[in-house]
Amino acid sequence: MAARAHEIETALPRGTAAPPPALRCEGLWKVFGADPATLFRNGGRPDADALKAGGYIAAVNDVSIEVAAGEILIVMGLSGSGKSTLIRCLARLIDSTAGRVEVEGRNLLTMNEKDLIELRRHKMGMVFQNFALLPHKTVLDNVAFPLQMRGMGGRERLKRAREMVTLVGLEGREAYFPRELSGGQQQRVGIARSLAVEPDIWFLDEPFSALDPLIRREMQDEFLRLQRMLHKTIVFITHDFEEALRLADRIVIMRNGRAEQVGRAEELVLNPATEYVARFTREVPRARIVTVRSVMDAPDGAASGRPVPASARIEAVARRMIEGEETVPVVDEGGALVGSVRRGRVLDVLFGAA
Amino acid sequence: MATATAPAAAPALVLSRPRLIVLAALLLALALLLLRPMLPDGLVRWPAALTPDFAAWINGVFYFVQEDLGLTVVTRAVATLVEWLLDVVRNLLTGERGGFNVEPVPWLTVAALVTALGAYLGGLRLAVLGGGTFLYLALFGQWKDAMLTLSLVLVAAPAAVLLGLLLGVAAYKRAWFESLLIPLLNLFQSLPHFAYLIPVVVFFGIGQHAGAIATVMFAAPPMARMTLLGLKGLAPSVHEAALMSGCTPRQSLRHVEVPTARDALMVGVNQVIMQCLAMVVIASFIGASGLGYKLLLRLQSLKIGQAFELGVSIVLLAIVLDRFSRAYAAKKPVHADRVTFRTRWGWPLIMAGVLLLTWGLAALWPVLWEMPRHLDLGFVRLPLTLAPPIDALVDWITTDLFNALQAFRGWLLLTVLIPMREAYLALPWTAVLVLLAGLAFAAGGVRSALLVAGFVLFLALSGWWDRAMITAYMVSFADLVVIAVGLPLGLWLGQSARRAGAGLAVCDTLQTFPSFVYLIPVIMLFQVNDVSAIAAVMVYAIIPVVRYTIEGVRAVPSTLEEAALMSGANGLQRLWNVQLPLALPHIMVGINQTVMFSLFMVIIAAFIGTQDLGQEMMRALSDNDVGKGLVLGLCVAVMGLTVDEIASSWSARRRRELGIV
Ligand SMILES: Nc1ncnc2c1ncn2[C@@H]1O[C@H](COP(=O)(O)OP(=O)(O)O)[C@@H](O)[C@H]1O
Ligand SMILES: [Mg+2]
Repeated sequence: MAARAHEIETALPRGTAAPPPALRCEGLWKVFGADPATLFRNGGRPDADALKAGGYIAAVNDVSIEVAAGEILIVMGLSGSGKSTLIRCLARLIDSTAGRVEVEGRNLLTMNEKDLIELRRHKMGMVFQNFALLPHKTVLDNVAFPLQMRGMGGRERLKRAREMVTLVGLEGREAYFPRELSGGQQQRVGIARSLAVEPDIWFLDEPFSALDPLIRREMQDEFLRLQRMLHKTIVFITHDFEEALRLADRIVIMRNGRAEQVGRAEELVLNPATEYVARFTREVPRARIVTVRSVMDAPDGAASGRPVPASARIEAVARRMIEGEETVPVVDEGGALVGSVRRGRVLDVLFGAA
Repeated sequence: MATATAPAAAPALVLSRPRLIVLAALLLALALLLLRPMLPDGLVRWPAALTPDFAAWINGVFYFVQEDLGLTVVTRAVATLVEWLLDVVRNLLTGERGGFNVEPVPWLTVAALVTALGAYLGGLRLAVLGGGTFLYLALFGQWKDAMLTLSLVLVAAPAAVLLGLLLGVAAYKRAWFESLLIPLLNLFQSLPHFAYLIPVVVFFGIGQHAGAIATVMFAAPPMARMTLLGLKGLAPSVHEAALMSGCTPRQSLRHVEVPTARDALMVGVNQVIMQCLAMVVIASFIGASGLGYKLLLRLQSLKIGQAFELGVSIVLLAIVLDRFSRAYAAKKPVHADRVTFRTRWGWPLIMAGVLLLTWGLAALWPVLWEMPRHLDLGFVRLPLTLAPPIDALVDWITTDLFNALQAFRGWLLLTVLIPMREAYLALPWTAVLVLLAGLAFAAGGVRSALLVAGFVLFLALSGWWDRAMITAYMVSFADLVVIAVGLPLGLWLGQSARRAGAGLAVCDTLQTFPSFVYLIPVIMLFQVNDVSAIAAVMVYAIIPVVRYTIEGVRAVPSTLEEAALMSGANGLQRLWNVQLPLALPHIMVGINQTVMFSLFMVIIAAFIGTQDLGQEMMRALSDNDVGKGLVLGLCVAVMGLTVDEIASSWSARRRRELGIV
């Protein structure tokens, strides 16, 4: 591929010295079937034939990923690819068959019931595709529910819940019952509930998939707005690539329980690790994903005109270059000249390599 | 042809594997029947010498538990508690001494509160229904008996709900308990009412409290089942949301799972209430007083007019309890934009106002407190009565229609019933076993066949084979007629949405009536004999066939009907090639229920004179013979479970084949 000229500098989006990951899993397996433990006896790992022969389903198949604090990791894949199972293993809603899950360095899988409950009461929140609100409680009581469970007093918890309801833009609906709200509003309640305990790690399992496209868009903006304020560590599941592109810091592509590739959208598009990822990314609008940095060359004296930032997407310069500019200077955040981008490279991104 | 799925489109008769099996079983059974004279006696009837004495074993166990384990201490404590609760409620509702030993609540107040409750639950319609019913009870002199019956329901229903809830939750939490409970529930729900009465009499004696305890035991199983179904039916994310909210398992159950399953639980509560009423009426056999007891007396002495009045009271109470509990189930919380004094306190205040006002009125006029036995208001005499015209009608039937009815009865007995009965009695048990096991194998494979064979073997071994065959003949005759009438009726009703709605509404209402009251009209027509028993079974058992046929036809996807229309099928072709094949699995569930209903009814009908298992059960009841009673009950249950096994496996397989879920 022509665009492979520059190495992508770092796998992690932010920070120079990698901070300890907020959430990490290593060699994680979840196998459904009669007695999956036998497959893993004495530290062994099953191969595809062994799984098939026993009628097992490896919903999560040897997955290792890290999520940095404050990062949005999107898990992408077709229905049945194991996304939900993965996120449930990460939150230990189900017990994994093998592997390791760490939350801020603590092993989640060896934690006892009591510590786990404490962890969920303070560190984790989850949003569900079908909302899973309590039908017999009002919006306010739904949001206050996790606080009630951890024993917070009535007045304080309602105060906090009210703040959360305001945060997600539902003020005035506190006394409504879930049944009386639209889908988008119900999911706002779900979001407020998951945020009420001020979790550090936030899991969202296809939170917007049940909503109409227009509402979905609105909720994505809402989500980004919240994340700019809150800086949570997020694992977000979707089967919609558009959604992944809009929200992701990094994306995991899953297929048959395997993590086919982990990386920034741009990496997936420019350097697909497998044929499957390539097929998956073929139809995406590349100009909106690929940054100028990844196609720029060394600074060139011939470059003229208004400079573009290295972090801008190709779409930002596309029009100028199609209309005739040959080379455009590239600058970094500080405005210093770091390179130049030539017309041919931009056309390669837009229309594929010649 | 209309659609690819219509099996009727197949040319001629295709001998598929299941059909071959059925055919083989049929031929073998026939051979056994024809070779009967040559068969060794043991293959025709199980030798009496080898019949295990189940009854004595059961009696031994009961005796051991009761005397040696000292269970009497427990049962006596339970009896005392139940008796005290009943006393309190009865004291409040009827003024009978006991309990708190206070004056009863004025009848006017009870009636007015029921009316207000109806208004709260379902607006004007339920207010009129509730008020009208209780007014009827007061004006027709049924107040006291009705309140006795109601007090039994008021004590038994909450206890049954609680017990069922506990069992259901335990099964939800512990898989081993679930695998234990499910078969027990299947068994309990196929035991006829009487089977519950006998052990209760042994452990608790007879009387009001025994009636209440039998009722709780009878009504708790459906609640346990609905609880388990409701909890297991919750979306997995409900449970996960609870976990992620930091719930402990107990918090999750109490704050999340049980409230979220409310709809299913309320279906269970409604069933419990209706089962309670049905059982309370039947519990009059073991000394529960009230409407059922009076009805029993009137029917025994053939006072049909008074029996009819009592029947109306029971039916009205049933409808009120059913509609009220359903309205409560359907009531969903609605937010109030502003919490005002009125939204918060409106209904409690109205109730309090009604209470005070009516109490005051009753204090002024004692007639409004306690309805006197007789009251002459000048323009009308209380209590009102329907008995004379009904009795006149019955007289007219027995005199003027006597010949016609008698001729019909004689004809039916001679040409149909007696030959059929003889045929059933002639069947060697081996032939029945081969035939039924073959059917079960074709429908559900080896497991079903073994199960059914075990059931039939139990019947053969029980020592009650002939009685069981008489029960079987009555049920199968009644059900053949019922299907022949109910199926076309259901198909016809199912053709239009409006007719279907009306049909289902009628079925709904009829199904709430306690089975016992179906005896009244039948006795009016045929007096007391086996034809009336069969007629009662028919009237009661036709409801599920009709209802499930309507539902089945309505559930056929409209695209398929349109496809048939576009293929040029006329109405009858469409019915035959599309609707019937697709609806049949669901209809089969209805037929299954019809058989269950029939078995229950035929046992109840025992008391108007049959010679089957039910008659023996009545005898066991009067002898306090718990072993015999339970063996007979198990015989009935086993017959029901046989039909259930065959019908539901067939239905499930057919659904899979048709791709209906
Ligand atoms: N409880 C379970 N038992 C058996 N198989 C399961 C269970 N849960 C999920 N699976 C299987 O695991 C695979 C992954 O499922 P899931 O994680 O729900 O996929 P996704 O969320 O990506 O649609 C699917 O093939 C599914 O059938
Ligand atoms: Mg999923």
